[in-house]
Amino acid sequence: MRLPAFWPLPRTWQGWLTTALFAFMYGPILVLTVYSFNDSIRYTSVWQGFSLKWYESLFQDTRIFRALQDTLFVAIVAVAISSVLGTLMAIGLAKYYFPGKGVYRGVSYLPLIIPDISIAVATLVFLASLAIPLSIWTIIAAHMVFCLAYIAVVVSSRLGSLDPNLEEAALDLGATPAQALIQVLLPQLMPAIVAGCLLAFVLSVDDLLISSFTAGGGANPLPLEIFSRIRNGVKPDMNALSVLLILASGMIAALGEYLRYKGSMTDG
Amino acid sequence: MTASPTSKRWRFSQLELGQQFKRLLGALTLLAPPGLWLILFLVLPTLLILDISLVPGLRPGESGDGYGLGNYSRVFNPFDAAFDSVYLQVIGRSLYYATGTTLACLLMGFPVAYWLALMAPRRWRNFLVVAFILPLWTSSLLRAYAWISILRPSGLLNSFIGWLSGGLPGVQLPEQAWLYTSAAVLIGLTYNFLPYMVLILYASLEKLDISLLEAAADLGATPRQTFWQVTVPQTLPGIAAGCLLVFITSMGDFVVPTLLGGASSMTISRLIYNQFLGITRNWGLGSALSMVMILAVSLMIALLLKYGDRDSVKEA
Repeated sequence: MRLPAFWPLPRTWQGWLTTALFAFMYGPILVLTVYSFNDSIRYTSVWQGFSLKWYESLFQDTRIFRALQDTLFVAIVAVAISSVLGTLMAIGLAKYYFPGKGVYRGVSYLPLIIPDISIAVATLVFLASLAIPLSIWTIIAAHMVFCLAYIAVVVSSRLGSLDPNLEEAALDLGATPAQALIQVLLPQLMPAIVAGCLLAFVLSVDDLLISSFTAGGGANPLPLEIFSRIRNGVKPDMNALSVLLILASGMIAALGEYLRYKGSMTDG
Repeated sequence: MTASPTSKRWRFSQLELGQQFKRLLGALTLLAPPGLWLILFLVLPTLLILDISLVPGLRPGESGDGYGLGNYSRVFNPFDAAFDSVYLQVIGRSLYYATGTTLACLLMGFPVAYWLALMAPRRWRNFLVVAFILPLWTSSLLRAYAWISILRPSGLLNSFIGWLSGGLPGVQLPEQAWLYTSAAVLIGLTYNFLPYMVLILYASLEKLDISLLEAAADLGATPRQTFWQVTVPQTLPGIAAGCLLVFITSMGDFVVPTLLGGASSMTISRLIYNQFLGITRNWGLGSALSMVMILAVSLMIALLLKYGDRDSVKEA
């Protein structure tokens, strides 16, 4: 077997820089992981020996688990509804021409462009002006805005590379438009829909600002809980939490990248 | 006799009308629900923000004083009695962080993307690109937290500096306060957005026509000439898209300046946050600042769409 060109050492300065920046990207994660096993009394950068005690204290922390439940509930409900709405939007925009379509498309891109803080503030003021009490449902409503926008973008880019003849053939062969949509178009779009959902899920789970402005006292998603703990210093059990969350998101990422890879393979 | 073509045409147009109606119904079923949601939770709220940004001194439970450009003039007009230069300083600091982050990401990201797209072994490329952007999928709060534990006074960086000055006689490196400085914010932002830059530049460099580079070399161009006169112009749309994306997102970032920057690193998004959830509550001023940010970002996107390459924007 031939060894790769960057083995054992890179041959060019670009290769060296890439190696260094890989270390830059993974170094902080590695530091967190190592310290999450540190047997220290308080948080210290000195290695005191291997211990699982931060994981134990994390697993006894009921606040964290309630926050995790809130976060998963918000993400799953928001992504589930948005997967339908976002896919409908992408298909509708690809299929129909109507006056004002440019405006519609422009608005659908806005959640990707406008900074989170602006969306968060606007949603808060809007809810306050209608006297809608803040709860976990207002977080879901606000998350659906960016979830459906991201899902629509991912599905749209897949739609652009599909063969339009297949759907027309189904219609010619006597399928109703609904049948053609469900039996021909949707299976082809499925990898993109799942990839879009994964992206939306990760963004929803990671969101701090929009949740902060729409949560009220009713719900306390995980990012809010983490933020309130770490803004005033270092808490060792947060290291253990980080490692677990990084492992979980690593698995989601691997799935997402695999789907993207598979999607790009079938295009050619 | 003459009625038959007319009735035929009438039937035809009736059929056409029916089809038109069906199309309209189809479009409505697909586009109305998401459109309604965006209008309700994005367009109307943004218009409402525009409206209350025109009410100076609006605080929760107060009606504010009149209607006008007072909030904007307080930020931008030095001749206004209520003008406070602190707002322009905050905007300037946000732009400074965004510019610094964009430059750092471009200078480090371009060689990495170049190596990944053109020099790395072909069978490893996909894997290496995915591995490089993998940290993007983890929580941005926890990535900032990781930097806190490295940069804080008794953190890893200062321990390392201490170890270095202990190990090397004659070398005295001072332990520094890294956390809660502008440097910490720039490091954290660069760490956050470098993968985006690499991803976009990689997509652009991957499409580069290698035969152009070979032709330039055959015609006697030095590698440096080839790079500046062939590679860079060919990937300019990707560079523009990557820089814009990093600039916009780092300008609006809240987590990194708040966690790594401390009190002295007030940015526009932190200032807006404080107008609503912090101590200094002024909804009118916060809305005006939010509108300024939305307008600035929209303007930049519009410029890129007008002068840039649409494909690379879409990929971003």
